[in-house]
Amino acid sequence: MKFIPNSEIKNEMLKELNLKNINDLFSDIPKEIKINELDIPKGLSQQETEKKLQKIASKNKSYNDMLTFLGGGIKPHYIPAIVKSITSRSEFFTSYTPYQPEASQGFLQAMFEYQSMIAQLTGMDVSNCSLYDGVTAISEAALMCSRITKRNTFVMPHNISWDKKCVLKNYAKGPGLKIKEVPYDDKTGKINFKELKKAVDFDVAGVYIENPNFFGIFEDDVEEINKICKDAGALFVAGVDPISLGIIRSPGEYDADIVIGEGRCLGNPMDYGGSSLGIFSCKKDFIRQMPGRIIGLTKDAAGKRAFCMAFQTREQHIRRARATSNICTNEGLCALAASVYLSWLGGNGLSKLAKTNFEKGRLLAEKLTSINGFKLRFTGSFFNEFVVKCPIDVNNLNKRLLLENIHCGFALNENYPELKDCMLLGVTEIHSDDDINHFVSILREVL
Amino acid sequence: MYHSAVYNEPLLKELVGIKKESISPINSIPKNLQKTKIDDIPNLDETQVIRHFHHLSQMNYGVDSGIYPLGSCTMKYNPRLCEQIASWDKFSNTHPFQDYSTAQGNLQIMFELERMLCEITGMDFFCLQPAAGAHGEFLGLLLTRAYHDYNKDYERNEVILPDTSHGTNPASVSMAGYKTIEIPSTNEGTVDLDVLEKTLSNKTACFMLTNPNTLGIFESEILKISKLVHKAGSLLYYDGANMNAIMGKVRPGDMGFDIVHLNLHKTFSTPHGGGGPGSGPVGVNIKLEKFLPIPRIAKTKDCTFVLDYDAPDSIGKIKGFYGNFSVLLKAYVYILMMGYDGLREVSETAVLNSNYMKKKILDKKRYEMPYANLRKHEFVLSCEKLKQIKDVRAMDVAKRLLDYGFHPPTVYFPLIVKEALMIEPTESESKDDLNRYINALIKIADENPETLKNAPNNCPVMRVDDVGATKNPILTWNMV
Repeated sequence: MKFIPNSEIKNEMLKELNLKNINDLFSDIPKEIKINELDIPKGLSQQETEKKLQKIASKNKSYNDMLTFLGGGIKPHYIPAIVKSITSRSEFFTSYTPYQPEASQGFLQAMFEYQSMIAQLTGMDVSNCSLYDGVTAISEAALMCSRITKRNTFVMPHNISWDKKCVLKNYAKGPGLKIKEVPYDDKTGKINFKELKKAVDFDVAGVYIENPNFFGIFEDDVEEINKICKDAGALFVAGVDPISLGIIRSPGEYDADIVIGEGRCLGNPMDYGGSSLGIFSCKKDFIRQMPGRIIGLTKDAAGKRAFCMAFQTREQHIRRARATSNICTNEGLCALAASVYLSWLGGNGLSKLAKTNFEKGRLLAEKLTSINGFKLRFTGSFFNEFVVKCPIDVNNLNKRLLLENIHCGFALNENYPELKDCMLLGVTEIHSDDDINHFVSILREVL
Repeated sequence: MYHSAVYNEPLLKELVGIKKESISPINSIPKNLQKTKIDDIPNLDETQVIRHFHHLSQMNYGVDSGIYPLGSCTMKYNPRLCEQIASWDKFSNTHPFQDYSTAQGNLQIMFELERMLCEITGMDFFCLQPAAGAHGEFLGLLLTRAYHDYNKDYERNEVILPDTSHGTNPASVSMAGYKTIEIPSTNEGTVDLDVLEKTLSNKTACFMLTNPNTLGIFESEILKISKLVHKAGSLLYYDGANMNAIMGKVRPGDMGFDIVHLNLHKTFSTPHGGGGPGSGPVGVNIKLEKFLPIPRIAKTKDCTFVLDYDAPDSIGKIKGFYGNFSVLLKAYVYILMMGYDGLREVSETAVLNSNYMKKKILDKKRYEMPYANLRKHEFVLSCEKLKQIKDVRAMDVAKRLLDYGFHPPTVYFPLIVKEALMIEPTESESKDDLNRYINALIKIADENPETLKNAPNNCPVMRVDDVGATKNPILTWNMV
């Protein structure tokens, strides 16, 4: 049988246990609920399985089959071959959470390096070694703010993704955390500063600001936002696109307290939205309130440098009901991919990559708005995503472009009725100038 | 004897790369956001990077290195075909917002996986969104709350669980805003029905149970338990961490469970990846269906798969997009390969291997095993006798196993066994490998206590000072 080496010698082993039948090992299961069959197909050979999956796969189109400019927080990026080469090393991917540090030094050091690079990028003192995704990371940050400040309200922008709002609502239920939304400025697309000021009072535990925000726009009033938070005794939680940090200041430089983000773009494929990588870093005063695993550098019995998990007393396997979070399995291998990716790019490479993304964004916006009827919806400066107002119904436009084998933009009408004729477009280093020109020329034709 | 590769591998930051460039300002970025200098991430050549991580990989132990019998973790072989298929362009390079018509393959896989998981567990509906077992528990408890709220049963704020439960259980209970009530197990290591009955009340929201439990014992009174729990108006939750013991033999749904989470990275062979990504799908029976997260995967009359967001009583979402799709895909491929016959054989052999090891070890009388005799896929030994006679702790035995080239079992869990070694061999190990592990455990018990206390000696480092790591925290290379 497949992957079961003792399959053929079961009877011989049973004899050694003085048992006659394999069912003797299941005699403790009540008769009335015992089953013998499952209504799923008989197992296939590897060859048959691969063939079946090829057929299923052929019903999909990847971004290599179809140009895509979908925004909405996830976009294709180029992944150098070295990443898969390292994450495919089975010493890494077939290992468990490093509970036995002496047998896990490799993974532990890689995670220590991941933490170091994430702390560096975000301008924080410490980072954990991953949460599930950027979406749940906001929720964990909100809970952490509440634990630290002993306050019960969390402030966030109206314009964050629908997923994030939905998830936060659920994480907030347990501790009864109240969520306040702050509208965006209709002209700039940035946070409405006046409304933010009004919202942040002395009951507020934390304020979440995304930079660039969901509309792709840079929040540049960060010093003032920080002042609003600090004056009210609230914590400042910044959400980042890690690639943008190659050209913009880290949240640490404007005194944010916690930084979260989606790290998938660092060497991990889109995978239809998952796997993902929740980035989570903070100032060192808050380590003991941080969720997730943290790796520390220490010594072995001979005084040699060694790595192991630190601050385990925060975690569920020790602290149980009083743990900072229930998280156990996280996204280790995606963090490893991020680590390889960042070390392959280096600081120089990241800066260039960020610049390319920024420039591609401008190029696409420029070409697009040269078409009659397309306008940038907001005046704020953007990174590699932006909102564009279309001359025709966005769903119709998307459908029309689908026939041309192009995924156009992410329609905003469902969650933002006021933006019913707008879509969110995203572009990265993966899009060549030819891709952009082709897209724009098709758009012209279609209109 | 075994020896791990040892490199005194420098930190990335200590490798000598090229110089940091100076940054040229981009005027179109708002001034106060412009970066003034490039980050201190080393600028290395690809050759340096690959050698660095290659060295690190060689100082890491995985299932491919050898037996990895961590109790309740189900460290089984990860079939390579699953890995290969998940990396295909047509799966890995798909965007979650792309049009349904271009993602029919992905949706078909999720739809069919849900149906197969329903059949394996005896549940009516599944949600694939949770990213891990604990995430599934959290969702299960959110569904519990939604259910009681829907019935205007607002007083229920307690969740009962046995003292053998996984640490994530009470942690999830707290996150969901409930109070944990822990009940002691009987002398047989199972749920105490009298205590349970007395603890259940109109304040109980849910009873969480692992079956077989973390001692590896099947809760034979499960039907009585289910009756008691439901009579009290509470829901019954199944922690599926130990599902590898019972596939094709008995189903949580038939036992009376209302909510089930599975760990695809355990039972369904997707790799643990050094701590993820995982996947913890949640199954429910019909009375909880309407509360399940959105979107649901639906099949239309013309056999097109779509994402359905129309569910007014749904709790919403607990993760971005649709879950860890790449993990779901690997589990799907695994189930296709195994089939009903293979999955049953998985559980039969996992249980056989466990009982084989248990008997062979106990025959030699070095270790004891508290509680009843028959075990499922795992068993828990106690090193208490060794501690009393030789002052040797369970952790010493664990570290010495590393010198023999074996990964230790889970130690000091469950908490009700003194000096616990929790062993789960899985179906992946040959009899030969099981024997080698058994022999090592016996030999270690007879070794000089000093040898054990000084272990390991054949790993990249000697015993690591984990207390020091917290006392004097160095958590990034800037703190070195």
